[in-house]
Amino acid sequence: MAQRFESVAQVRQGLKDVNYLADDGIAGVAFLADRLDKPVLVEGPAGTGKTQLAKSIAEMTGSRLIRLQCYEGLDESKALYEWNYKKQLLRIQADKNSDSWTEVHDDIFSDEFLLTRPLLEAITAPDPVVLLIDEVDRVEVETEALLLEILSEYQVSIPELGTLTATQIPMVFLTSNNTRELSEALKRRCLYLHVDYPSMEREKEIVLTRVPEVSDNLADQIARIVRSIRQLDLKKAPSVSETIDWARTLVLLGIESIDAQQAKETLHILLKYQTDIAKAAKELSVDK
Amino acid sequence: MLDLLAGFVTELRNAGLPVSLTENLDAMEAVQHIPIEDREAFKYALGATMVKNNSHWRAFETVFEVYFSIRGPEYNIADGDTDLDEMWREMQEQLRQGEGKGTQGGSMDQLTPEELAQMLMSALMNGDQAMMRALAKQAVQRFAGMEPGRPVGGTYYLYRTLRNLDLEGMLEKLMEKSREEVGGELTPLEERLEHDEYNDRIEQFKKEIEAEIRRRLVADRGAEAMAKTLRKPLPEDVEFMHASRDEMQNLKKALQPLTRKLAARLARKRRHGRKGPLDFRNTVRHSLSYGGVPAEPKFKYPRPAKPELMVVADISGSVAAFARFTLMLVYAIQGQFSKVRSFVFIDGIDEVTDYFKGEEDIANAIHRVNTEADVVWVDGHSDYGHAFEVFWERYGKDVGPKTTVLLLGDARNNYHASQAWVIKEMRQKARHVYWLNPEPKSYWNTGDSIVGDYGTHTDGVYECRNLRQLEAFVEKLA
Repeated sequence: MAQRFESVAQVRQGLKDVNYLADDGIAGVAFLADRLDKPVLVEGPAGTGKTQLAKSIAEMTGSRLIRLQCYEGLDESKALYEWNYKKQLLRIQADKNSDSWTEVHDDIFSDEFLLTRPLLEAITAPDPVVLLIDEVDRVEVETEALLLEILSEYQVSIPELGTLTATQIPMVFLTSNNTRELSEALKRRCLYLHVDYPSMEREKEIVLTRVPEVSDNLADQIARIVRSIRQLDLKKAPSVSETIDWARTLVLLGIESIDAQQAKETLHILLKYQTDIAKAAKELSVDK
Repeated sequence: MLDLLAGFVTELRNAGLPVSLTENLDAMEAVQHIPIEDREAFKYALGATMVKNNSHWRAFETVFEVYFSIRGPEYNIADGDTDLDEMWREMQEQLRQGEGKGTQGGSMDQLTPEELAQMLMSALMNGDQAMMRALAKQAVQRFAGMEPGRPVGGTYYLYRTLRNLDLEGMLEKLMEKSREEVGGELTPLEERLEHDEYNDRIEQFKKEIEAEIRRRLVADRGAEAMAKTLRKPLPEDVEFMHASRDEMQNLKKALQPLTRKLAARLARKRRHGRKGPLDFRNTVRHSLSYGGVPAEPKFKYPRPAKPELMVVADISGSVAAFARFTLMLVYAIQGQFSKVRSFVFIDGIDEVTDYFKGEEDIANAIHRVNTEADVVWVDGHSDYGHAFEVFWERYGKDVGPKTTVLLLGDARNNYHASQAWVIKEMRQKARHVYWLNPEPKSYWNTGDSIVGDYGTHTDGVYECRNLRQLEAFVEKLA
């Protein structure tokens, strides 16, 4: 099987070309995932680019992105496959008189009557795909078991049809916001990647690539202020996406360099709790 | 290589990380795809395959450092002097040009402490990483006074090195210098940012020093012995009663995601109970689409009543940390209870529910509890008997069939009267009475501990020495 990536450095460069700045850990794990044919479980605080990673990998390799958004109550018929009952019914009614029962029986459980859902689609796709299973921590523990077969063997067993094996092994990313502990069985099958808030330098780079209008000086200032805010004991620390929003706002307001007053007035873009805003405003304006 | 990895995995398991056999095999396969010279990539390859929980990452990192610290070429102890010399010369060039002052060229070993401090300062000022690493090496060599075979922990050397460097003073000087550079006063915002920046760099420098000391110790004693001394419990296994300040900080950090998880799990559990009785109205409504035939029976979801919680906590010295954590945990998930009331005592008792009301910051409330609550009656030594008696007298009427009472403490009563009858009566009125004891089970009922006297009247006494046990208990409760 052809490998998608040649080296860690190439992954990193490739991601950079599609405006995703990866650090060594991210690029390294993506590279390994390709080499070992293993899914990647991405965990980390909200808004640090977990979903974006999968999207960027898809863009970089020119693959199609298939996304399964998880939620409570997700089941087989929405994640894997479902029989198209209406069509089956029509088929039976259409030639009531001609076929024998066995023929019809075999016929209605064929590919034609199968509705593929994201997981099955990713397996059977002839073109290269990236499968993104988003917020996997939202499904119940029992539903997790649905994923196990596809994650370890890249196959789906359908009782009526037999086992469908992948024609090509897709890259699989699972994201989790860590609202509950995932089962050992799931973790064991995946490579684990924890995406944390970026370092100051990387954050600055991210701001510069994502908001090209921003000046180098301003980006530096933004990254430094955000770092200082993250050090505070807050309910919800500002995420990368909020940093980018903030940078956009400042550009729109035509601000070239931030002073305490302006920072205070635009803090509500970075922080979403009143207590946090008050705390940050106090910390930033008063020297200790 | 294989032996090395096997030893590494054994050590990880000893440190408490659950590394399964398949994960081990994955790691073996993964490292084949990674150039062994690339230390960072190597580390991430091992991390991605073997560490599946972020709170274990630190433990992993430590073990990794110990096992692979002296194995990379650039981390050799003997070398480094050459490029250091070079850097030093460059540095002097700059000095000469900058200040017109000539210094004697020479190797770094001949530097005076003042010159070393100056170099460190300029390295910190410019954020020069290579320089900082070199200086860390030099500082350890010079100040730590490490002797082979000396049975002292790494912290001792760290302390000695840092004492000689005076990093606090360095921070002040750096701040002054940047003030000078701007020519006048910095705005408070700038001041703060600069401060954070330098703080960050100094932290980095400290880490370099730590790593250097560790490298030297490993070289001296060997990886296996070193790993043993560095082994620290994972955050969820740290004992409340013996946690150091650092561990306390880590515990606090670990508590937040834990409460979030716990709350999500409890809410889910509540919703997904067994099916309730038939919902007649809903069934009829849905039967309309089948022409009035009730083909699809609908059921009511059971909504189990949320328990009312009363937390009665001993906050005297030895068990204060435990009480604090339990209160934090309980209040973080108070949505899962219909009502939470909290009381604290030493030998007197006081209700502190109000401190938590309207206060979004739980830490703040805890602080108020510790400073403002009126808990001393006579001498400020635990007197469970008196505290319980007063509790029963004042608040006993509020304990009802829906109330669950949590008693927190080690039941070390300083040989006062136990007044265990209070607990007995309490249990008759309340739904449940539980006792949480932060002491190891083997210490119970030794010395002045009378947890057995109280325990017989409760629905259960639980050992809660660490976060893991506390979490397990709270989950059972709601």
